[in-house]
Amino acid sequence: MNKSIRGVAVVTILMFLALLVNATAGYWIRTDELTNDPRNTRVQDEQFGAPRGPILAANTPVASSVETGTRPYANQRQYLDGPLYAPVTGYYSYIFGRSGLESLYNAELVGQADSQFTQRIVDTLSGRTAQGGQVQTTIQPHAQQAAWDALGDRDGAVVAIDYTTGAVLAWVSRPSYDPSTLASLDFPATQDAWAQLTADPTEPMNDRATKEIFAPGSVFKLVVAAAALNHGYTPQTMIDTPQALPLPGTTITLPNLAACGNTQQSLDNALTLSCNTTFANVGLALGDDVIREQAQAFGFDSAFGGDMASAVSTFPADPDQAQLAMSAIGQFEVAATPLQMAVVAGAIANDGTVMEPYVVSEVRNNNQRVMSSHQPTVVNQAMTPANAATLQEMMTHVVQRGTGTQAQISGLTVGGKTGTAETTPGAASHSWFAGFAAEKNVAVAVYLATDAAGTATPVARAVMEAVS
Amino acid sequence: MMATPEALPVVVYRKQRNAELGLCLLASLFGIGGYLTTHLNRGDTLTVTSVLICVGWLALCIGAHLVVRVKCAYADPVILPCVLALNGLGLAMIHRIDIGFEPPMDAVTMQLVWTVLGVGLFALILIYLRDYRVLEGFPYVLFLVGMVLLLLPLVPGLASPRNVENGSQIWIEVFGYSFQPAEIAKIVLTLAFASYLTANRDLLQLAGRRVLGFHLPRMRDLVPIGVMWAAALLVLVFQNDLGTSMLFFGLFVMMLFVATSQVRWVVIGVGAFAAAALLIGQVAPHVATRISSWLDPFSDYDRNYQIITAQFGMAWGGLFGRGWGMGRPGLTPVASSDFISAAIAEELGLVGLMAIIIVYLLMVARGLRVALTSTVIFGKLLAAGFSFVFALQVFSIIGGVTRLLPLTGLTTPFMSQGGSSLVANWMIVAMLMVISHQARRPATTVGSVDANLSEDETSVIQAQGGAGS
Repeated sequence: MNKSIRGVAVVTILMFLALLVNATAGYWIRTDELTNDPRNTRVQDEQFGAPRGPILAANTPVASSVETGTRPYANQRQYLDGPLYAPVTGYYSYIFGRSGLESLYNAELVGQADSQFTQRIVDTLSGRTAQGGQVQTTIQPHAQQAAWDALGDRDGAVVAIDYTTGAVLAWVSRPSYDPSTLASLDFPATQDAWAQLTADPTEPMNDRATKEIFAPGSVFKLVVAAAALNHGYTPQTMIDTPQALPLPGTTITLPNLAACGNTQQSLDNALTLSCNTTFANVGLALGDDVIREQAQAFGFDSAFGGDMASAVSTFPADPDQAQLAMSAIGQFEVAATPLQMAVVAGAIANDGTVMEPYVVSEVRNNNQRVMSSHQPTVVNQAMTPANAATLQEMMTHVVQRGTGTQAQISGLTVGGKTGTAETTPGAASHSWFAGFAAEKNVAVAVYLATDAAGTATPVARAVMEAVS
Repeated sequence: MMATPEALPVVVYRKQRNAELGLCLLASLFGIGGYLTTHLNRGDTLTVTSVLICVGWLALCIGAHLVVRVKCAYADPVILPCVLALNGLGLAMIHRIDIGFEPPMDAVTMQLVWTVLGVGLFALILIYLRDYRVLEGFPYVLFLVGMVLLLLPLVPGLASPRNVENGSQIWIEVFGYSFQPAEIAKIVLTLAFASYLTANRDLLQLAGRRVLGFHLPRMRDLVPIGVMWAAALLVLVFQNDLGTSMLFFGLFVMMLFVATSQVRWVVIGVGAFAAAALLIGQVAPHVATRISSWLDPFSDYDRNYQIITAQFGMAWGGLFGRGWGMGRPGLTPVASSDFISAAIAEELGLVGLMAIIIVYLLMVARGLRVALTSTVIFGKLLAAGFSFVFALQVFSIIGGVTRLLPLTGLTTPFMSQGGSSLVANWMIVAMLMVISHQARRPATTVGSVDANLSEDETSVIQAQGGAGS
């Protein structure tokens, strides 16, 4: 009998061995998949409740984690001036995920980025809770607030950049929303908030500054003027400027909205007065390829690199002559983000050099040690410095004596271009301004969805004044 | 060749009671450590009550040891510490799962009462069951009782609502108390099988004829295994629980093998069971569902939520676990009973789970050692049966939770929440201790040495008296 009992013992050992091998194999094979499964509430809750580093505008933490003292979510995200910074920070929600910098810099904020590897090891070895990194933005709170106030309750957006580096100084979109309502631990309340925000016809969660494209109207004349200067035109070149231009191949005529006469205008004057027929003729003379090439040099038709994750601004691929004439004044299928138009104005002010826009200057650990920092990146040379200087001067004429006089700031050299774009006939038109203040190295683009011509200009002035 | 009385082989065992005491003290620390660490990790301050609970548990462990020391001084010294470690860990984990709920539950108090009751029964058996051979006489009565218990959950009106939770029909509910009759059936049937096989092993061994080189048993000798086979299939189809079915049929086949030392019984038994189980898996849709839940639980997330969320917990626990009180085992439905090993894996990690499996292995190995040591056929069969039943049960339930096997509703011995299981297992351990004690204590009379001893040369040591030590 003992022999068979020993046989049973062997079978028993094999059974337990099978348990041990299976548990080990299960650990190696399944752990990753099970951990990354979005239905694994343990992992989801742990990540959601983990302490995240703050997002800073200057020295102000506009997004930060506060300890709740409860389980299972040890920390909760709070937003200071939520609606003001919503396009920058984005939201951090249990149910609806993340957006904005909360999404783009998630790894850095929770301390899991590659650059934080050493810090993570040190934290683990010393038994400290892993600390997330601080994300420092380039936003200037004064400029941001000025842009917000200047927009008021109107539907629109403001982008201000330091054109020598590409740093975004103001990034405002209205109407906006408070990300705190989505970050709440009261999940039914966040669901209500989400339902309300997504059903709101004013679309408060849409970032008009960088995520949506609109017809730029006359502001696009800056691109056409740049193309003209790069192709032999001078500010004094005289161009046919009829009161109304019949569009080739159609029965429609394009009128001038400004007093541009009915003969010829210099390129300089046409920009100052914003003469449609002049620029339509320049566009027709240059051809769509030249204008498209110039637009692309400024950043159209492709995404900016870096951390803006903005929508792509477009110039039509194959316009006919009538469409080309309309495109040359920023209509037809030309569409741009306010960020793109700020980049255009900034590149002209920066002697033709297009800088990649960015909003995060550096990521620091909680001991203020810099883990990674942004180096200004040149995207392109869109114009020769000489032509850029010429165009700068033409833009200052717009502000000194043309359509943009409301942008004047005493003591500063301000240049710019106004714009009004019709979307559909009869509907209210977009109002634009894109320009620069040379002494402050700042370029600003303002977009108002449904406002009268010229109303964007004082907003731009307010922002330029506020930038330090 | 029969030796003269002077040169008779005598096995001399040491009592090793102090070793047991040391191991018991060590084992008590598992439960106490788990309890205290849970509260410390959760930031609670320790109260007088917590200290009293720890002292109480220590006292219970020492008390159980003292009963063994006085009444079964020669019993195996490792089995009791293993059981105390597992029971303590189980209590600590059930308490930990309790306080994870908001508001906290209180399942641990009842479990503690059952533990005390189990230890009490353990003591009573040690004190009063001086000769376990009194249990040998009634194979058929015990068999009938066992069968009734096993099939009780199929009686309409007795089935517990708990059955719905884990999809198998193995719980009954009487006057608001639910228990698993299979746990009691485990004892009764092991006794029945051991009695029957002690009486009939010679017939089963020798009768039959050779057909094509295979030694076929007589038809009438196939009746018991046939009855067990049918009962196992009933359990599989109607109770929908492969674990229980495997437990009892496996137990019987294994005891048949131990009694006869003939592999043919294993071949017949395993072959018949596997064939029937495969056929049923094809035909019965609910059995097929259970198999798909096992192989691919994610194909039906809602139905397999329990096993999936237990997997999530184990993955989150990783290699070393979240730590006592730091995981969220309560997210798994009925975590304290069927899925307590998943809770262990979540908080103590893969390492902790494997350590517990090894403690079970140690306990089973010592139980089989008792079977080897015993010189009484009935005792050998009983000890082997009880040990193997633990092995099968641990294999089924931990295998089910870690997806080695289809999930079963069996309890994790000594750890799962549930009184019937706890009490039954303590009784089994008590009987193992009694068998061990009787096998290891020095023989007082020559006549008590079993006649079959000559066959068992591997388990005996030649007495050193002849060498003049």
